[in-house]
Amino acid sequence: MTVETLIPVAYLIAAITFILGLKGLSSPTTAVQGNRIAATGMLIAVIATFFAADVRGGVPLILAGVAVGGIAGFVGARMVKMTAMPQMVALFNGAGGGAAALVSILEYARHLGAGSLELGATVATLLGLIIGAVSFSGSAIAFGKLQGIITPKAFKYAGQQFVTGGIAAAVVLLSVFLIAASIPGGTPPVDSAITPMLLIAAIALLALVFGVALVMPIGGADMPVVISLLNAYTGLAVAMAGFTLNNQLLIVAGTLVGASGTILTRLMSKAMNRSLGNVLFGAFGAATTAGAGAATAGDDGRSIRSIGPEDAAILLSYAQNVIVVPGYGLAVAQAQHSVRELADLLESKGISVKYAIHPVAGRMPGHMNVLLAEANVPYDKLFDMDQINPEFQRADVALVIGANDVTNPAARSNPGSPIYGMPILDVDKAQNIIVIKRSMKPGFAGIDNDLYLDPKTAMLFGDAKDAVGKVVQELKKAA
Amino acid sequence: MTGEAIVAAYVFILAIFVGFEVVSKVPSTLHTPLMSGANAIHGIVIVGAMLVASAIPGPIGVVLGFLAVVLGTANVVGGFVVTDRMLAMFKQRPARKRE
Repeated sequence: MTVETLIPVAYLIAAITFILGLKGLSSPTTAVQGNRIAATGMLIAVIATFFAADVRGGVPLILAGVAVGGIAGFVGARMVKMTAMPQMVALFNGAGGGAAALVSILEYARHLGAGSLELGATVATLLGLIIGAVSFSGSAIAFGKLQGIITPKAFKYAGQQFVTGGIAAAVVLLSVFLIAASIPGGTPPVDSAITPMLLIAAIALLALVFGVALVMPIGGADMPVVISLLNAYTGLAVAMAGFTLNNQLLIVAGTLVGASGTILTRLMSKAMNRSLGNVLFGAFGAATTAGAGAATAGDDGRSIRSIGPEDAAILLSYAQNVIVVPGYGLAVAQAQHSVRELADLLESKGISVKYAIHPVAGRMPGHMNVLLAEANVPYDKLFDMDQINPEFQRADVALVIGANDVTNPAARSNPGSPIYGMPILDVDKAQNIIVIKRSMKPGFAGIDNDLYLDPKTAMLFGDAKDAVGKVVQELKKAA
Repeated sequence: MTGEAIVAAYVFILAIFVGFEVVSKVPSTLHTPLMSGANAIHGIVIVGAMLVASAIPGPIGVVLGFLAVVLGTANVVGGFVVTDRMLAMFKQRPARKRE
């Protein structure tokens, strides 16, 4: 028995760890363990692969690649701020998609050179290549939008569907050419070994363009769902590469991610009360008519009331129940520690402080939980939307920190609004509302918020960390 | 279809069901870490990249093979480390409660 016969056993162990890992990640108590189990399985699989016959000649090349990719991945993952986690996930996901596309190309070229090309392998190669490339460029755009390199607004132009559809049609057409070429006995439209590779290159290029065209029209608020979907895509691309390579481990792991990623994507869009089709093809940020409607609402005599930190401090110190509503602005300003300080101060005065966490507050589900946990905010102070919503009417002050779209009453009342139907936090039911916000700029969905025109609402303009810090100082002065 | 392809198809179909089953009930707090963890798991493409890294002789083959390994490794390492960092923040809670 040689070492090589043990490789499939190692792969089997790895496949089991991936299933256990995903299962562990689905529950709060076992999540850390689950991630480590899966990582261990990955290590076993990689070490075992070094003993494979196909690998032996290329060990120096692989070690160099592992060193470069490993350092880049590790440093990137360690250095990134917690606020930038979502785009980091997008970036790593894109890397996986790109790798799957390259693996598909290389394995296809190898089969082509050896004359061992079969129909099944060709189809799997094409799927792995196309899906992987779409995931690669789509993730890059998602990263750019979240990082602010590309406008987070939905990018739309006339005839967009036709352009995107045309690219997709071209990809399918070229793929059909390539498949026809590989049917045994059929008349191949191409006969040299070079031309199929040119076709592959053209398909890869078009698939990359398609990924860009797919994600550009989607507004930044929907990026979490898009990243989750692209994550499932990459899983599927890896599974297809597994078919091409006839590697069971790649098939199992890729398919697991593809299937669980699809479920997760659906859970996420459900949390926003939107269908997946609506996210992909609907116009979230582009509904100009509804935006205009909300703007005219501001002209009917209602105006915005702006207050200073000392007023906010007084309002808070006379309250009994305060509900903090954190949003992306809190994440950007890294205000979680200041917020914790403010809450501690209020609690020392006997004021109850609770946090209302909207499922899609921030840029990712769970984003706010992670940030507040970092500032050691006790877990039992964080409440889900369903738990906290009935409590808003009993709250003396709802303190909205950098949250916008998830508090917009238009989602409940204005059927013309692009976010109509999205479950929101009933902030407008509180006795008083303080909104800490940098400016009157609309949120990620690109629409105005009626909440700010509510007579009960006071706007405290400024950076979240700054503003909360000033309120804390005022409270300390008063004490 | 060859025997190998049929086995692969069985594996594919069964894995779909396992994938659906495993994550069917997840609290929304864990959506992001779970996505990130799944992201790391599809980094298994690193194994595929290693197997084909030197499949094609010549400079283009070497460059593409090298790139595939780099991207695959970045996916695996970055994916698991980011997930671990996210989860580390959740982990403090029970520890604090025991104080």
